[in-house]
Amino acid sequence: MSLLRDPAWRGLLSGIGAVLVVASVVGWILSHRATSVAGRATVENINARIRAWWVMVLIFLVAVATGTTISILLFGFISFLALREFVTLAPTRPADHRALFWLFFVVTPLQYYLIWIEWYGLFSILIPVYISILLAIRTTLAGDTERFLERTATNYWGLMICVYFVSHVPALLTLRIRGYEHQNAKLMVFLVVVVQMSDVLQYVWGKSLGRRRIAPAISPNKTWEGLVGGVLSATALGTLLWWVTPFSPGAAALMALVSTLMGFAGGLIMSAIKRDRGVKDFGSLIAGHGGVLDRIDSLCFAAPVFFHLIRFFYAA
Amino acid sequence: MIASALAAVSRLITGAVVEWRSDPHSAAQRIYFANHSSHLDFIVIWSALPPAQRRVTMPVAGGDYWDRGALRRYLAREVFHAVLIERRPTADAPGPSTARASLERMIVALNSGSSLIVFPEGTRSTSGEVGTFKSGLFHLARARPDAELIPVSLENLNRILPKGESLPVPMMSRVIFGPPLRSSPAEDKAAFLAGARVSLLQLRSAS
Repeated sequence: MSLLRDPAWRGLLSGIGAVLVVASVVGWILSHRATSVAGRATVENINARIRAWWVMVLIFLVAVATGTTISILLFGFISFLALREFVTLAPTRPADHRALFWLFFVVTPLQYYLIWIEWYGLFSILIPVYISILLAIRTTLAGDTERFLERTATNYWGLMICVYFVSHVPALLTLRIRGYEHQNAKLMVFLVVVVQMSDVLQYVWGKSLGRRRIAPAISPNKTWEGLVGGVLSATALGTLLWWVTPFSPGAAALMALVSTLMGFAGGLIMSAIKRDRGVKDFGSLIAGHGGVLDRIDSLCFAAPVFFHLIRFFYAA
Repeated sequence: MIASALAAVSRLITGAVVEWRSDPHSAAQRIYFANHSSHLDFIVIWSALPPAQRRVTMPVAGGDYWDRGALRRYLAREVFHAVLIERRPTADAPGPSTARASLERMIVALNSGSSLIVFPEGTRSTSGEVGTFKSGLFHLARARPDAELIPVSLENLNRILPKGESLPVPMMSRVIFGPPLRSSPAEDKAAFLAGARVSLLQLRSAS
């Protein structure tokens, strides 16, 4: 593994490994301490989440270490699973069938293919321009006006969140940053680590100190204490990781802050969608977490902003 | 080999969440009866069964679809070991006698010790609603009173591969295997069929 010759990679991998080991040990201790029924259920859920984290981290890091192609394929597959969860909750009718087939089997692979061939010009407008128009045309030609606006808008937004937004994570690999050649995979790890750790830290701060709810109508678990504690500690983590990025420490702090705030908003938006559709989770693929979309909701909204900030300020 | 691979692909495409309210590993002979909205229905049920049960379970499928084309015929006969039945009366076999011939094929399969997957509505529903049951299930239950009747609720498959479409859209679906039916085939035919239908509907509402 040539990655291990780079001290930044050695630091990232041992740091991630250490966090997982500590989490597992804490989870094990908690499971021997919990006494009440509710307490035991919470600890059981935490341990299921930690076990799932091991699997997710392993899949992600193996893909990153294997190279660009596998990373793109992994996120393409994540988009596919996420879109499936989204569309399952959408108010589709039989007239949408053909259009949806295209979204899954043509548009999603095409979007990721464009990253693979590094065609930024088309990657960035394929879905917002061409597919938004084609999807509307195809749905109109199907001739069913029942809930037409709702169906077309929902399918389009699902495609934007699950495919367009998510595709900005592997698109980081295509950015050309002077003095940072062949190191972009570390940007991907930086973004995923900061955003996902922000979710975890918001959960930890919220569970331990959470009092004042931010939006009880949307998500009863999100508190101001959790938000402030989680965002500040994840921003601190991002700042400490500045040396794996092309950013200065101050810029790393700003990048982490923006990403965690976008991530928080993403989680809230996706919770509002779940409330609207009357479900608790988007799926059940990841034990303890719910569906794929439940795990990546924050990443969906943080990735495009992170990508474009780097592209604007750093890319050659 | 092909069977396990196909079962895995089917689980991936249909993202089926499977729920058992009866013992999945029971060695009892069973007649699984489900609502019908898609060509994928029996494949999904068959994929959800434990491998040991899969080997002894034969889906009952329409010969007019599954006996056409080399690939479909191979899958139906060699992989699924389907009992293919004629649903439409033909010139040399008018209505009642095709039904009787189909029933006889199913009873032969049951007598050989196999379990069956049947769709008592007889045809695919387009709306996702459960239609009335045809009498086949009653006659099967009367022919093999010791076989367990297991209601199976399928949800969302009409959205994955609806009637009239040939390509699937991968959405998530749900398969619920209910507890064995309590009513006995000794009762009157209409009451038995209505009871069987209600047992299936209850699985959907209780979710």
